[in-house]
Amino acid sequence: MKQKLVVVGNGMAPGRALERLFELAPGAFDVTIFNAEPRTNYDRILLSPVLSGEKQYEEIVIHGDAWYEENGLTLHKGKKVTEIGRAAKIVTAEDGTRAAYDKLLIATGSVPFIIPVPGKDLAGVLTYRDLDDVNAMLIAAEQGGHAVVIGGGLLGLEAAAGLKSRGMDVTVVHLMPTLMERQLDAAAGQLLKRELESRGIKVLTSASTREIKSTHPSLGPPRVRAVALDDGNEIKADIVVMAVGIRPNTALASDAGLKTGRGIQVTDRLLTSDPDIYAVGECVEFEGNVYGLVAPLYEQATIIAQELAGKPGNGFVDKALATRLKVTGVDLFSAGDFADGDDREEIVLRDATRGVYRRLVLKDDRIIGAVMFGDTSDSGWFFQMIKDAADIAEMRDSLIFGPAYAGGGQLDPTAAVAALPDEAEICGCNGVCKGRIVSAIAEKGLTSVDDVRAHTKASASCGTCTGLVEQLLALSLGDAYDPAAVKPMCGCTDLGHADVRRLIIAKNIKTIPDLMQELEWKSSSGCAKCRPALNYYLLSTWPGEYVDDSQSRFINERVHANIQKDGTYSVVPRMWGGITSANELRAIADVADKFAIPTVKCTGGQRIDLLGVKKEDLPAVWADLNAAGMVSGHAYGKSLRTVKTCVGTDWCRFGTQDSTGLGVRIEKFMWGSWTPAKVKMAVSGCPRNCAEATCKDVGVICVDSGYEIHFAGAAGLDIKGTEILCHVRTEDDAIEMIAALVQLYREQGHYLERIYKWLKRVGMGSVRAAVVEDDGRRKALFDAFVYSQKFSQSDPWAERATGGKDAHEFAPMADLSRMEAAE
Amino acid sequence: MTMMDNVWIDIGALEDIPRQGARLVKTPMGCLALFRTATDDVFALDDKCPHKGGPLSQGIVHGAAVTCPLHNWVISLETGLAQGADEGEVRTFAVRSEAGRILLEASRLADSKDAA
Ligand code: SRM
Ligand SMILES: Cc1cc2nc3c(=O)[nH]c(=O)nc-3n(C[C@H](O)[C@H](O)[C@H](O)COP(=O)(O)OP(=O)(O)OC[C@H]3O[C@@H](n4cnc5c(N)ncnc54)[C@H](O)[C@@H]3O)c2cc1C
Ligand code: SF4
Ligand code: FES
Repeated sequence: MKQKLVVVGNGMAPGRALERLFELAPGAFDVTIFNAEPRTNYDRILLSPVLSGEKQYEEIVIHGDAWYEENGLTLHKGKKVTEIGRAAKIVTAEDGTRAAYDKLLIATGSVPFIIPVPGKDLAGVLTYRDLDDVNAMLIAAEQGGHAVVIGGGLLGLEAAAGLKSRGMDVTVVHLMPTLMERQLDAAAGQLLKRELESRGIKVLTSASTREIKSTHPSLGPPRVRAVALDDGNEIKADIVVMAVGIRPNTALASDAGLKTGRGIQVTDRLLTSDPDIYAVGECVEFEGNVYGLVAPLYEQATIIAQELAGKPGNGFVDKALATRLKVTGVDLFSAGDFADGDDREEIVLRDATRGVYRRLVLKDDRIIGAVMFGDTSDSGWFFQMIKDAADIAEMRDSLIFGPAYAGGGQLDPTAAVAALPDEAEICGCNGVCKGRIVSAIAEKGLTSVDDVRAHTKASASCGTCTGLVEQLLALSLGDAYDPAAVKPMCGCTDLGHADVRRLIIAKNIKTIPDLMQELEWKSSSGCAKCRPALNYYLLSTWPGEYVDDSQSRFINERVHANIQKDGTYSVVPRMWGGITSANELRAIADVADKFAIPTVKCTGGQRIDLLGVKKEDLPAVWADLNAAGMVSGHAYGKSLRTVKTCVGTDWCRFGTQDSTGLGVRIEKFMWGSWTPAKVKMAVSGCPRNCAEATCKDVGVICVDSGYEIHFAGAAGLDIKGTEILCHVRTEDDAIEMIAALVQLYREQGHYLERIYKWLKRVGMGSVRAAVVEDDGRRKALFDAFVYSQKFSQSDPWAERATGGKDAHEFAPMADLSRMEAAE
Repeated sequence: MTMMDNVWIDIGALEDIPRQGARLVKTPMGCLALFRTATDDVFALDDKCPHKGGPLSQGIVHGAAVTCPLHNWVISLETGLAQGADEGEVRTFAVRSEAGRILLEASRLADSKDAA
């Protein structure tokens, strides 16, 4: 019989341990996981980008529901274990759910420390630990107002920056004289303070909180109103975030009689004082140390997996750690030990104009600590030397300038990386060594940092090692690796599409000129590549608010018709789901006669194209088509094109559902929406698939039990069958699912990136996690789509045919053609 | 230089052309495209791309250049020359804006053979 493994807590540490366990000993255990949080495993480190708006929750999910299913795990979401019965080897959760174990893994993480001041339990006092905390902050931030963050460490500052970018007035209250004093020396702490203040965050250091004050009881249920300091000052507060530190979460273990100190005490094999119980993560104490960064926890996870698989390797050792603050635009790095001491020397570089500060702490010709502010590009190289205890005597004079200059002769920045052995660890968070990255680059043909992230996880967590990964790419690919050539949107910027989308939200940018100013565009007014992309990003990010810039649209979208090689236009009216009528056909025929339109053609999208229309005739042509009830088919737009259908149950002897009706419904619901690239759909009434739904951007295959939702097909420049997203029972469910999917694509897609390319970039796990597995997120996406449709569902033809919009487009400015010849 | 050099015709108001946009002027020798940049400079060019005759007036205007709508050649509004790797040239015409009006120099409009 299989052994039973029970895991308490479902954070980053056990998630990694299980991944490794399944690699080493697939199927060896029946695994049951209890998680107090009501969700699957996600990357806690990346909560800060979610708070600031730079990432969505589903982008930080590590394992979606599908992973648990595929690996046969039982996950009890939202069930907190309250008792470990060590004699009977059974754990019991709050709601009475029980599970018996042969081996138990405790991974309860940490709990935020709450300073015991009056008012600490008031409504509006939050901590910063999990997604619920982030959601609570986001709800508060929607009202605007004042936030006070108590604690100027990593978590507190990330919370402060996030709340600031969400529009709150933020004050940080920190007990010590300088910020992040555990990771930074006083000089760097001071620079950091100035940087945050320049972003409008107020910072009070040497400030001790005396009390959190409540609103007056007559104003309804009491909640926070202000934070009172020891010096008598009072700071207005609508929310208070306490981020003063964390404590290993040991209650469950100590109740069960396991040995605990600051944390649950473990051996270098991560074994507790009970030989059948392991512990991993922030809840453990090893040789007197407790942990608050993910790198050592991932190492522990690997050791646990080896132990459980019966393939023990090296034991756990305590190592130097690196910290980086994840606030966009603030470059800060710290590693090792940088306290002053008689046996230590230091090398300092200050460049006040560039705001750069670097300090290395040396002992016996070895670097033991490094602090960098303003330019952290060489941090990976210094960190590696700390870990290796490399002798720097030879290059001491130029050491501080980084690998490009160190040692005089060594001008090639990749030389240091080239010299690393294959076992050298590149990504501390994910424990990925150089050899693994280099072989993945070669075997899988990887060409970008994103590729390396997807295949090896290196640089996928905190990002500190991105520079090293880039150097490995440069080393492996030589000239073929040109990070600048793949990334930027166009020649007007060094930023890529993803960065621009992120910064639009993070910096609350609402017009193209502001964007070019803020993001330091290199050209005065962009180019024909970036402007349409920016226009789309702003339009889809701020529906109802952003004013469309028609001069930044390609001509087809500007005049709502397709330009032809001779400068005439084509006109394609909608035929909902491919259905037409005698009346519509008559109107099309009349229009063709009246305006002498040379070609009338059936398109590949189940409708009719009128080709060769003169530009000045367009409004009149549209007026006649409008009069017969027809509207623009957006055959010209990065938008919903057609929804092809087959006849379905209406006529077909094999039809299982009303495919025509559903297609018409989808098209009427979704037309007019702007998307990163064109979106084509189809609904087939049975798996014979006469509407060719399995090569569309989104396709539906009707079956007896409901609807299979497909997406990410391609049949143009590339040919690719669709992927199945999910199966639903009703038409309404299908529509909700499809709209949520398209909305997610609208929010994440890069301009001109079709759905299948987007999927390839973001991965099926993240799409399913958002659209299928998370009911709340799906509903929110659906609502966001419905909201944006309020502003896009008016017929652009009618606006121009009879509404007079853009009249300047369709008439010459002056007619000098009858001017007398000048001679 | 001919005696017609100083014939400036009032074509319309600057406002009639959208910023970073273009309008057409019909002339006996074909259509001219009248461009207005983000900084309100005006330029007049043949509405004919040197590549395959695409209507430049329908392109996207950026800086002092326009990208042809058919195959994305970029044409300088100042010189009429194709930018980057492409080679070709469009005729340009003298035009100026004064007190919100656009004045076009008309001496060459009637003679289609008078290439610069
Ligand atoms: C009219 C039509 C051909 C026809 O006579 O049937 C057509 C005509 C054009 N297609 Fe198409 N495509 C037409 C169906 C298709 C299909 C088939 C389909 O939709 O079922 C495909 C393959 C599926 C797909 O979308 O990938 C198709 C794949 C393309 C592509 C390749 C897109 C890709 O990402 O791989 C382009 C180029 C592009 O978009 O950059 C393109 C571009 C074009 C353009 C817009 C070229 C251009 O930029 O000027 C043509 C415009 C002609 C006009 O003025 O109407 N057309 N085109 C079809 C109009 C469908 C409609 O009712 O809206
Ligand atoms: C905002 C933020 C930013 C961070 N940034 C960084 C960074 O940049 N770099 C870095 O290295 N680290 C960072 N960290 C720290 C890192 O996230 C943690 O070290 C890591 O997540 C700890 O993993 P864990 O598995 O030990 O615990 P956790 O991820 O905390 O997981 C513990 C889980 O166990 C559950 N649980 C607890 N008790 C029970 C019970 N009795 N029954 C069932 N379930 C229970 C909890 O609900 C929780 O889900 C950050 C942390 C936060 C909060
Ligand atoms: S396949 Fe499409 S893009 Fe190519 S010529 Fe035909 S209509 Fe034009
Ligand atoms: S016609 Fe202008 S680029 Fe081809």
